[in-house]
Amino acid sequence: MIILTGNDLKTGVVVWWDGQNWSLHVENAVDVGDEADAIAAREEAARRVNVPYAIEATQTDDGPRPAHIKDRVRALGPTVRMDLTLKPNDPGAAEQVI
Amino acid sequence: MYQYDKYDQAMVDARVAEFREQAQRRLDGKLTEDQFKPLRLMNGLYLQLHAYMLRVAVPYGTLSSAQMHALADIATKYDRGYGHFTTRQNIQYNWIKLEDAADILADLAKVEMHAIQTSGNCIRNISSDHFAGASADELVDPRPYAELLRQWSSFHPEFMYLPRKFKIAVISSDTDRAAMRLHDIGINIVKNDAGEIGAAFYVGGGMGRTPMIAPLIREFVPLDQLVTYSEACLRVYNRYGRRDNKYKARIKILVHELGAEEYARQVEEEFAHLLDQGIEPPLAELERIKPYFADPAFEAGLPTQADESDPDFITWAHNNTNPHKAPGYTSAVISLKPVGGIPGDATAEQMHLMAQLAKEYSFDECRVMHTQNIVLPHVKIADLPALWRKLADAGLAAPNLDTIEDIIACPGLDYCSLANARSIPVSQQISERFAARGRTHELGQLKLKISGCINACGHHHAGHIGILGVDKKGTENYQLLLGGSEAEDVSLAKITGPGFDEPGIVDAVETVTDLYIAERQDGERFLDTYRRIGMAPFKEALYG
Amino acid sequence: MADLGTQGAAVQIRFRDDDLVDHAVVSMEDFAEQSNANAVRIEPGEDARALIPHLDQIALVEVNFPVFGDGRGYSAARILREAGFAGELRAVGDVLVDQLAIMRRCGFDAFAPDTPLDAADVETALATWPYDYQAAADDAVPIWNLRHG
Repeated sequence: MIILTGNDLKTGVVVWWDGQNWSLHVENAVDVGDEADAIAAREEAARRVNVPYAIEATQTDDGPRPAHIKDRVRALGPTVRMDLTLKPNDPGAAEQVI
Repeated sequence: MYQYDKYDQAMVDARVAEFREQAQRRLDGKLTEDQFKPLRLMNGLYLQLHAYMLRVAVPYGTLSSAQMHALADIATKYDRGYGHFTTRQNIQYNWIKLEDAADILADLAKVEMHAIQTSGNCIRNISSDHFAGASADELVDPRPYAELLRQWSSFHPEFMYLPRKFKIAVISSDTDRAAMRLHDIGINIVKNDAGEIGAAFYVGGGMGRTPMIAPLIREFVPLDQLVTYSEACLRVYNRYGRRDNKYKARIKILVHELGAEEYARQVEEEFAHLLDQGIEPPLAELERIKPYFADPAFEAGLPTQADESDPDFITWAHNNTNPHKAPGYTSAVISLKPVGGIPGDATAEQMHLMAQLAKEYSFDECRVMHTQNIVLPHVKIADLPALWRKLADAGLAAPNLDTIEDIIACPGLDYCSLANARSIPVSQQISERFAARGRTHELGQLKLKISGCINACGHHHAGHIGILGVDKKGTENYQLLLGGSEAEDVSLAKITGPGFDEPGIVDAVETVTDLYIAERQDGERFLDTYRRIGMAPFKEALYG
Repeated sequence: MADLGTQGAAVQIRFRDDDLVDHAVVSMEDFAEQSNANAVRIEPGEDARALIPHLDQIALVEVNFPVFGDGRGYSAARILREAGFAGELRAVGDVLVDQLAIMRRCGFDAFAPDTPLDAADVETALATWPYDYQAAADDAVPIWNLRHG
């Protein structure tokens, strides 16, 4: 599947396109198919997102898993500071990223 | 230390106002990201993996306690309670909002700080010897010269859109603690045969994907031509540096392609022309700057020994201090490398404490080292035990300066959008492994440096042992390098062979250090043994 | 011989009182072959110093910025001013408001941006700096001179 990600323009936080809006959670990302460029251009022009880009992901039981490690780290947070990630109470989360 | 006058303050304030307006135009959609990016970068603002990242300049690494307190306050107010000290003596914050950035710059300006030119294709913050003004072996304090060049390079109208970034380091001793020859321009303030002070210029060094050691371009530039000569070096680069390929755009490539001699000839030609242009500040400007770096009021007749009743204290004091030029004083290094910790990270509380200790024990001054530690430059030897106890209580007394635990590591893939692999977990595992086995001090001086990508922010080319993280078909892989040095015996490390996975690289480091212990002769450091016996035995041990 | 010049109307900002040059603006290559041209355009990578022997016959030099991030034009401008060129020095191409102040310092006195600039933003940009740290190609008094008289 192809999913769309970027950073919020004002805050810089990592966001994922959920079909309607930009979500903090990769689990909410939807397959955008060949619409990626059109959505990215429209949303960037409206300044709802900054530097959006499309990535490959696979659908898993836990939701989309980005193909590249860099985007998996983006989806979680720094693996060396689990307290600052989106899953501070899940000690196994870092391992799943790698 | 240097203090702003009304002109310096007005320029920094103007920059804050300019950036506030530029950020607003970006938020309003009047600037595209492509147009805004170089503007925010010139104010140290990156877009990284998780958020915006702000890099704050610490000119020549020197901070007052008020400035260190202000850095801690920014960590609390705008970030997530910590900051990261970098290999260019700066600090960066990882969780910044664009809408806060101008307010942060305004807070910095209140303590005479800024983020000017901490990124972008311009002249970056100028680094220097972290023991400047304190070390027993220096000729003069290099910082007045760095400050002169800081002002010259700030908002330089001709050099804001260079082919690539441009880094300058200034030192003034035979011992190189600033990786001087691995900079675009390395300046050593020297004395000539006539007894005059001047500057030796080394141009075209750097790390990155094509590491180079800067050749000597001019042995002696008189002090009243320092700015003019620098301008000539930059103009030749701005006109002829490559712009067709980002990876060949640094000045090292220009100097290498032209040859040092031809580059020097072109600089001389431009220099001769510029000498008539009246661009050199009068020597009086240097004389105005110098008193800000005058010695603090060192006391005479102080004891030169501390109370050494505690063995842990002895270990720390012997490892983490550097001889001082004033009897009874020493420079004490606060390690930001606790075993298993994140190299260079400090919490707001730790920053406040270091600021307080700088005030109490070091004439209100501290320094950021390129090795991502903090120095209290002027501590009474007799005060060391009390200082050590306070540091130990805060987890800041790791006695590991220049040991295998004192690892330089870039933020790597945990934070950086350029990285291919994580650096921090590798450094954590290595320091844990060697500390647990009690090997650290047996190995002596051993500089281990880790970069998470070829850009080499973690200085892996200059490590006695270097580690480079690469992307191998979507997984992290680590190459091992041996034999580098950033010091006066500068050399570039060589790759041992095929890379390793994460557990494998930790084992590989242990393998090469085991070989060193078996092979070393009297007093040899790891680097000396490597240089004597060569790469072959290490390869044999690793892959044989 | 092609006239490369920006039309007078494209010159959005000008700090000169003399009339606009109405001659064709030629390339550096053409200029070398055509002795009577009085307006020439420099592209990035071309050597501004080649014009120095001819400066007394040149009324206009256009310095092209195909992309704003290519800073070679700043050196070209300063080199011409350092050589005593008093004619119009016009920045053309990808000229953006955030580069105006440093372009002025390098000696540009006319601007023909591909995309017209917002007048209020121009005013703000040109009023940004209260002082200047360096001597350059404008008549600003550097801070070190203010300090030491």
